[in-house]
Amino acid sequence: MSIAIQADLHMAHSHEHEHHDTSGNTLFGFWIYLMTDCILFASVFATYAVLFMNTDGGVSGKDIFELDFVLIETAALLVSSITYGVAMICAKHQKKAATLGWLLITFALGCVFIGMEVYEFHHLIEHGNGPDRSAFLSAFFALVGMHGLHVTAGLIWMLIMMVEVLTTGLTNRSVTRLSCLSLFWHFLDIVWVCVFTVVYLLGAL
Amino acid sequence: MFIRKLSKAALAAIALLLAGCEGGVLDPKGQVGMDEKHLIIVSTLLMLIVVIPVIFMTLYFAWKYRDGRDHEIYAPKWAHSKTIEIVVWLVPVIIVIILGVITWDSTHKLDPYKPLEHQAKPITVQVVSLDWKWLFIYPEQGIASVNELAFPANVPVNFKITSDTAMNSFFIPQLGSQIYSMAGMATKLHLIANEPGTFEGISANYSGAGFAGMKFNAIATPTADDFDAWVAKVKQQGSPLNVEQYKQLAKKSENNPVQYYGSVQQGMFNYIVMQYMHPDSNMKSMGSMSGMEDMEGMHDMGNMEDMKGMDHAQHMQHMQHMKDMDADQTHSSTEQSSIASGEAE
Amino acid sequence: MSFLGKLTLESIPYHEPIIMVTLAVVGVIGLIIAALITKHQKWGILWHDWITSVDHKKLGIMYILLALIMLIRGFSDAIMMRTQQALATNGAAGYLPPEHYDQIFTAHGVIMIIFMAMPFMIGLMNLVLPLQIGARDVAFPFLNNLSFWLTASGAVLINISLGLGEFAKTGWVAYPPLSELAYSPGVGVDYYIWALQISGIGTTLTGVNFIATVLKMRAPGMKLMQMPIFTWTCTWANILIVASFPILTAVLGLLTLDRYLDFHFFTNDGGGNAMMYINLFWAWGHPEVYILILPAFGIFSEVISTFTSKRLFGYSSMVWASGAISILGFIVWLHHFFTMGSSANVNAFFGVMTMVIAVPTGVKLFNWLFTIYRGRLRITVPVLWTLGFMVTFTIGGMTGVLLAVPGADYVLHNSLFLIAHFHNTILGGAVFGYMAGFAFWFPKAMGFHLNERLGKASFWCWQIGFYVAFMPLYVLGFMGMTRRINHTDNPAWNFWIYFAAVGAFIILAGIILQFVQLYVSFRDRQQNLDTTGDPWNGHTLEWSTSSPPQFYNFATLPHVSDIDAFTDMKEKGQAYQRAQKYQPIHMPKNTASGIFMAACITAVGFAAIWHIWWLAIVGFISAFVLFLVRAYDSDVDYYVQPKDVALIENAHLDNVTANLTNLARG
Repeated sequence: MSIAIQADLHMAHSHEHEHHDTSGNTLFGFWIYLMTDCILFASVFATYAVLFMNTDGGVSGKDIFELDFVLIETAALLVSSITYGVAMICAKHQKKAATLGWLLITFALGCVFIGMEVYEFHHLIEHGNGPDRSAFLSAFFALVGMHGLHVTAGLIWMLIMMVEVLTTGLTNRSVTRLSCLSLFWHFLDIVWVCVFTVVYLLGAL
Repeated sequence: MFIRKLSKAALAAIALLLAGCEGGVLDPKGQVGMDEKHLIIVSTLLMLIVVIPVIFMTLYFAWKYRDGRDHEIYAPKWAHSKTIEIVVWLVPVIIVIILGVITWDSTHKLDPYKPLEHQAKPITVQVVSLDWKWLFIYPEQGIASVNELAFPANVPVNFKITSDTAMNSFFIPQLGSQIYSMAGMATKLHLIANEPGTFEGISANYSGAGFAGMKFNAIATPTADDFDAWVAKVKQQGSPLNVEQYKQLAKKSENNPVQYYGSVQQGMFNYIVMQYMHPDSNMKSMGSMSGMEDMEGMHDMGNMEDMKGMDHAQHMQHMQHMKDMDADQTHSSTEQSSIASGEAE
Repeated sequence: MSFLGKLTLESIPYHEPIIMVTLAVVGVIGLIIAALITKHQKWGILWHDWITSVDHKKLGIMYILLALIMLIRGFSDAIMMRTQQALATNGAAGYLPPEHYDQIFTAHGVIMIIFMAMPFMIGLMNLVLPLQIGARDVAFPFLNNLSFWLTASGAVLINISLGLGEFAKTGWVAYPPLSELAYSPGVGVDYYIWALQISGIGTTLTGVNFIATVLKMRAPGMKLMQMPIFTWTCTWANILIVASFPILTAVLGLLTLDRYLDFHFFTNDGGGNAMMYINLFWAWGHPEVYILILPAFGIFSEVISTFTSKRLFGYSSMVWASGAISILGFIVWLHHFFTMGSSANVNAFFGVMTMVIAVPTGVKLFNWLFTIYRGRLRITVPVLWTLGFMVTFTIGGMTGVLLAVPGADYVLHNSLFLIAHFHNTILGGAVFGYMAGFAFWFPKAMGFHLNERLGKASFWCWQIGFYVAFMPLYVLGFMGMTRRINHTDNPAWNFWIYFAAVGAFIILAGIILQFVQLYVSFRDRQQNLDTTGDPWNGHTLEWSTSSPPQFYNFATLPHVSDIDAFTDMKEKGQAYQRAQKYQPIHMPKNTASGIFMAACITAVGFAAIWHIWWLAIVGFISAFVLFLVRAYDSDVDYYVQPKDVALIENAHLDNVTANLTNLARG
C-alpha cells in the first residue's frame, strides 16, 4: 500500500519542464497514508492494552521480557534513524556514494533489529509461549510482529532504492522516493518507542 | 369503490395495529417495561415538535415555491440570515438538551444492573444461553429448567446471565430490558412482573442456526405458593443436573422442549462461567486480589473440591475468576475496552 | 494438505437448486453480454478505454456500474428474506433452511453496505469531485484505478462464495465468538474477512487519494471555504475513511489471526475478549454510516440549490455541520451495544452524544428548507428524490434518536424496529441521495438525458415501496419481533410480515423501472443529447465542461472567485470563452497494472480462504513484481498538443453557441 503512491510519482518527474511539481503531492499523500498506518497501530495498541492482563494462567510480561536484550534492539533501530537522516542529507547534496554508504549502514542496523526480534519470537515459541497460549501473548505477537513486518517492508524498499540510486543516480524521482521512505522509517521508530515503553518497560515492571 | 376498499383496509390495519400491541414492548406487564414504554412515548412526542414542522414545511415550501408561480418572491442571491441561522441551531439544541436530561436520568433509573426497590425479597435465577436453548438455574431452590422460567408475580427477580457458546441476548419483551449473555463472564438483569401471566421470552441476538427456536415461556405465578408448587413439580419430575449431564445438555440442539432438573450440583453456574479458563492457575495474581470477602457465591465454593476433584491450583484459579464475575468487575471491563478502543481514533 | 487446499468438488453446492439456478442465470447473462461485446467488436474499447483507464470520470462510471450490479445481488437477497419470512409464519419452515437463510442476511448486509452503497458513493465522488474543484484528475490517477480494482476484487470474492463453498452465517457484523473457528468452521467467515479486507484497503487508498486531491489540486483562486458543498461533504467523508478504515483493517486482521493461527483475541478460551471486537468493529462501523450519508447530504445540497436556481442557504453552517457530524460520529459507537452491561454513566454518555448529532443534522434540514424558500423549484427527478429524502430521513432521524435513549434501546435493541430505523436512514438517506446524484449527473457523465417519466415512476415505486416495506417493521419491533429469525410463530405478526413483503416487491418494481429507464434513455439518446454541457443551469465547475467532459477536463484551468463558480462566470460573461492559444496538457497514460495487481490479490484472497498456500505465495509475489514494474515504467504519460485541444474545445464551444442562439431565437 505504502509504495503504491510512489508509482504515481513518476509522471511528474520524467519531464522536468512540467508546470506542476507533484513531488509535493506525493510526499503529502504518503504522509496521509502514514496517518492511516498510525491508526492501524493504535487499534492494535488498544487491543494489547485490553488483553495484556489476560494471561490465562500462562506467563506475563514480567516473566518473558529481557530488557537488556530489547534495549540493544531499540538502540539499533534508533541509530538507524539517525544514519538514514545522514543518508538523506547526502542525497539532497547529490553525493551518490555517501548516500549509498549510509543507506547500507541503515539497512544493516535494520537487519540487526529484525534478526533480534526473530530470535526473541523463536525463543518464546520454543518455550511454549507462542501466540496460541494466551490472549496476552496473542496481543504481544500481533503488535510487535506487525511492527516487525513494517520494518521488513521498509528494508525491502530500502534495498530497491539502493539499486535504483546505484543504477539511475540521485534523480528527482529517487530523492522523492527516498524522502517517503525516510518518513516511513522515522515513523516506525516512533511506533517502536511506544512499543518499547508500553509493552516492554511497563510490562517488565 | 376503490377508495371504499382502501378505507376498509386502512381500518382493518388500524384494528390490527391495536390488537397487535398485545404481547409486545408496548404492552408491558412489569415495572421496568412500563417505565420504558413511558420513556419511549415521552421522547417521541418531544421529537415530534421538530419532526412534524419539518415534514410540513418541506411539502409546503416545495409546493409554494415550485417553478411557475411567478407571483411568489424570488431571491436567488439570498443565502444568509443570522436570525434564521440562530433559530435553526437553537431549536434542535434545546430539544436535545431536554432529551439529554431525560436520557441521563432515565439511564440511571433503568440501569439493568440496579436492583429494584421493592419490599418483597428478590429471588435469584442464573441464566445460561446454550446452543440453542435457555437453561435456568435456581440456586436458592436447587433446581433447574430448560426453556421454562417461573417466578412469582410482584417479586423482583435478579438474573445472572452467562453463555455457554456464542453471544445471545436474554429478553422478555413484556417485562422490559434485555442484556447480552457472554461466555466467560456474568452479566446482570433485574426485572419484575406486576401481574401474573405467561410471557414470551426470546434471544434477541443472533447466535447461529437454531436461533429462531430459542424461545421460552416466562411464567409469573399469581402467588408465592404457586411458585413453590412449580418448584415442587420440578423437583419431583426432574433428574439431577451435574457436570456430565450439563455436557450432554450443552450439545447443539434446536427447538428444545421444556425440561426439568430436580437437583443441581452446587456451583454449577460458576463452573459454566469458568469452563474456558486454562487449567493452570495463575498463582501470582492471587496476592493482589482484594475484596474477596464480599464476593457473591462464596458459599458455593465449599463444595467445589468434591465436585470435580479439583486440585488446589484449580480451586485458586476459580477463585481468581470469581472476582471477574463480580458486577463491578464486569462493568469496568466493558468500560476498559470501550476506552481502549476510544484510543484507536 | 492437498494441492487445492480445502477445495474439493464437494465445495460446489450442487444440491441447492436455488443456487444452481441462480448460477445458471448469471452464466447465461454473462455469455449474452460477452457475445454482444464480441458482435459489436467492443472488447478493445472495453479494455483500452475502460478497464485500464486512469481517468477519474471513467472510474466513477465503473464504480457506479459495480454498485448497480451488486444492487441486483443484494436486492435479490432482500426479496428472498422477505418471501421467506412471509412464507414461514405460524411455525412453517418456509423454503430457506437456516444454513441458507443465515448466509442470505449476512450477504445482504455486507453487499448493500460495502459493495453497493460504498461504490455508488465513491463512484459519484470520482465522477464529480475533480471537476468541481477544477482539476484535471485526482492526485494519484493510477492509485485510483488500483483502488477501483481492489474494490472489485472484494466483490468478485463475495460472488465466488455463492457457487464455491458458502458465505458467512454470522450476520454482517460477524461478532465473535460466533465468527471464530469453534462456531464457524466453514469458509464462509473467511470469504467475509478477505472480501472486506481487500475492498477496505482499496477504500482507504481512495480516501488518501482524494484528501490529497482536494488539498493540493484545487483550481487557482479556490479557497477551502469556496469549495462546492458536495466536495466538502466528500472531504469530510474521506477524512472519516482515512481515520476509520484502518480500524476495520486491524480488527479483521486480528480475527484472521484467531482463525488461521490459533491466536486468542476474541475466542472464549485463552483469555480472549469478544467485547473488544465489538468495540473496534463499531469504532469503524459507526463512522462508516456517516461516510455513506455525508456525500448524500452534499448531493441534496447541490440538487436543491441548482433546481431552485438559488444559492445554497447557510453554506458555512453546512460545512461546519458536516464537520461536527464527522467528529461526533467517532464518539458514539457504544450505542450499538447498550445492552452489553456497561455502567449507566457510560451508556448515558454515549446516548447523549448520539443525540447531539441530531443538532447539526437538523440544521442541515432547515438549511435545505430555507434554500427552497423564495426559490423557483423545478420538480425534476433529482428534486423528487431530495424531497422524498427530506420527509423520510426526518422520520429515520427521529427513530434513531429514540434508539439512542438507552432506556428505550433496552427493549428495541436488535428488534425489527432497529432494522426499520437503519433502512430508514441508509435507504431513505444515503441511497435516495445517490439516486438523486445519479439522475443529476447522468447527462454530464454520459452526454444524454435520462427519461424523465420513467425516472419519476421509478421514484414513486421506491418511495411508496419503502413505506410499505419498512413501516410494518417498526410495528413488528414494538411487538417484540427480533431480527434474523427465519421463521415465526405469532399470528399477530403475520399481517405486518405480509405487508412488508408487498413493499419489497413495490421497490423491486422501482428497480426494474430504473433499468428500463436506462435502456429507453440509451435507445433514444440521439433525441436527448446534452449539447451544452449545462443542462440544469448549474452552479459549479463540472457544468462548464462538455457532456461528457473532455478527457482532460479543462483546457485551461479555471480561475475561481465564488462558491458558485460557474454561475459567477456566467453572470460575469466569462463562461464559454475561446482561448487564443492553448498550452500542451500533461496526461497520464492508461495502464493494465491496476487490474493485474488486483487480480493477483484476488488470487491471494481466494487462496487464503481455501488454504491453497502455494497460490497465495505466487499471487503475492506476482502482485509485488507487477508493482515494481509499474514503479519503474517510464512510459506512463504523454502530452495533448495545443492544436488537438483547440479542435476539441472549438467543437464544444460551437455547439454551445448554436444552442444559445437557438434559445435566443426560440
